Amino acid sequence: MAILKRQKTKMIQEKTAVEKGFTGLFLALCVAFFALPLVWLFIAPWDGQPNYSIKWPSWTLTNFAEISKNPYAYKSLVNSAIFSAGSGIAVILVGAPASYVLSRVKFKGRDSFLYTLLLFSSIVTGSAAMVPLYLLALRLNILDTYQGVILILTGGLIPTAIFILKDFTDSLPRSYEESAQIFGASSFRILKDIVAPIIRPGLAVIFVWSFVQAWGNFLVPFILIRDINKQPGAVMMYSFYSDGGQPVIRQVAAFSLLYAIPVMGMYFYVNKKYGFRFYGGIKG
Amino acid sequence: MSIVTTKKITKVFPGGVRALDELDLTINDGEFFALLGPSGCGKTTLLRTLGGLESPTSGEVWIDDKDVTWSPPGERNIAMVFQDYALYPHMSVKENIAYPLKVRKLPKDEQEKRVAMASKALSIETLLERRPGQISGGQQQRVAVARAMATTPNLYLFDEPLSNLDARLRLEARTFLKQLQTELGVTTIFVTHDQSEALAIADRMAVMDKGVVRQVGSPSEFFHRPANLFVAAFIGSTPMNLLEGQVLQGNVKVGSNTFTIPESYRGKLQEGQEVVYGIRPEYVSVVSSNADGVASGSVKVTENMGTHYLVSIDCGGTLVRGTVPDGQQPANGATLHFLPDLNKVLIYDKVSGNLI
Repeated sequence: MAILKRQKTKMIQEKTAVEKGFTGLFLALCVAFFALPLVWLFIAPWDGQPNYSIKWPSWTLTNFAEISKNPYAYKSLVNSAIFSAGSGIAVILVGAPASYVLSRVKFKGRDSFLYTLLLFSSIVTGSAAMVPLYLLALRLNILDTYQGVILILTGGLIPTAIFILKDFTDSLPRSYEESAQIFGASSFRILKDIVAPIIRPGLAVIFVWSFVQAWGNFLVPFILIRDINKQPGAVMMYSFYSDGGQPVIRQVAAFSLLYAIPVMGMYFYVNKKYGFRFYGGIKG
Repeated sequence: MSIVTTKKITKVFPGGVRALDELDLTINDGEFFALLGPSGCGKTTLLRTLGGLESPTSGEVWIDDKDVTWSPPGERNIAMVFQDYALYPHMSVKENIAYPLKVRKLPKDEQEKRVAMASKALSIETLLERRPGQISGGQQQRVAVARAMATTPNLYLFDEPLSNLDARLRLEARTFLKQLQTELGVTTIFVTHDQSEALAIADRMAVMDKGVVRQVGSPSEFFHRPANLFVAAFIGSTPMNLLEGQVLQGNVKVGSNTFTIPESYRGKLQEGQEVVYGIRPEYVSVVSSNADGVASGSVKVTENMGTHYLVSIDCGGTLVRGTVPDGQQPANGATLHFLPDLNKVLIYDKVSGNLI
């Protein structure tokens, strides 16, 4: 009886081992599928003759040297940083107080207001609104300026930022503010001393998120910026093409790496300092 | 150091809930005052209104000889300790205690002095550099009290200060709070839903129900002479026997039982009046035989209360509770005779619910 039982357990174990093998293989394929492009991103720039395959590079800096010859390439990354940091800061400056108010003041239709905002946010930076936005920028005389792009990017990011930040603020006990109120602190003081420091991880998340969104946005600067001196990296990427319309892989590979590094560095820095934690989770 | 008075204070929340209904209350100088009541009775709303966190719909709040109904909370010179203590998680214990002083722009050395004074009084000197998340619940409460104390207020407000502590710590903390309050001598109002807490440490207390005060007085008045049926049913670790009956020929007839009317009630009751005969289980004694004024019945439930047993007997459909010393508890179904102590009997008018 006991032997039989042991055999049975063994069979079950063997079966799970085979199952485990299949699951492992499947997961490995999934990982490979998503990881290969990333591996390419890190390897191809160092190869003298890169193509779309992954191979051991010849470790040369010629690709980067070639990019340096383009007077606008590095400048475009600086422009990207200006657009992204500007949008990140504007989103925090407008979004934090707005989400605080929306979290603390109850009014009729508040939730539907938030959801409507969220719905429209994807339209602002989407292609459908580009013509009216272009006309608006033209009238406001902010075409071809940094602030014009920053304003429009911020407009598109703010609703989502408010939505997420409101969730952070909601999880903050009201008694914190009330006790400070009893001690005689003003509303601004409470926001500065109590609320902002406590939701700082949330602010960091939103800043990085806005930064990354603005960094990767192609359409808005492509349409609003004429001056090649002010073009960001996302637009510049499309200038590494031969006269025949073929991408120059050496330059594209090297530029892609340069383009990706600031965003990755930022992610690691913030993750180390605050950690990407969502306290409250998104409530439905 | 302050007298607190509310005059016809009413608070109606959006949605029509009347949390406070023309409430008049005076809290004397230096008193440890408890606001007690079931949840939703308005006790916390009253405390928050005194603190200025809610503004009343109508009525006035006076602290000493000043109308503070519309003063912002920061101008009332009060301190409030919240149920969750509201310690700021990003500041150390020391920064937490010093924060109100910083808001009030006290000089640095004065801040240091007060932090030292308050942390010594609450024996939390060793915790000053820690964060609130790194100390226990009991310690957090001490920090919250220290932070309140460092502001040297004229009035302390405590919102269920002990409810977040575990049972044993709660007893310790309430003795400590009582001692501290006696030493400081500052008027203190605290809200609780735990009657034993209120009875144990309050100098005076108020029981609230549906936004009105049902009785104000000392804890012993509450225990011995509840002013109405609501308070009678609410106060006491074992529920009072409240037996509905009718006055007949100098006795109170409850079902098939007759209860004697105490001497002090003679002449105050009318023949045929509907009354409620109240007696605490602690003041019921077991007698050997049935007679007039004795409730007899078979034992339904016995509950172990530690030093004694709470025994419920079935007297013709009504349950009557009495206490029996440990070791003498009867078996279920046995017949028992209960005799109320006439000095402790309370008779209420059934219609108004008030003590006669």
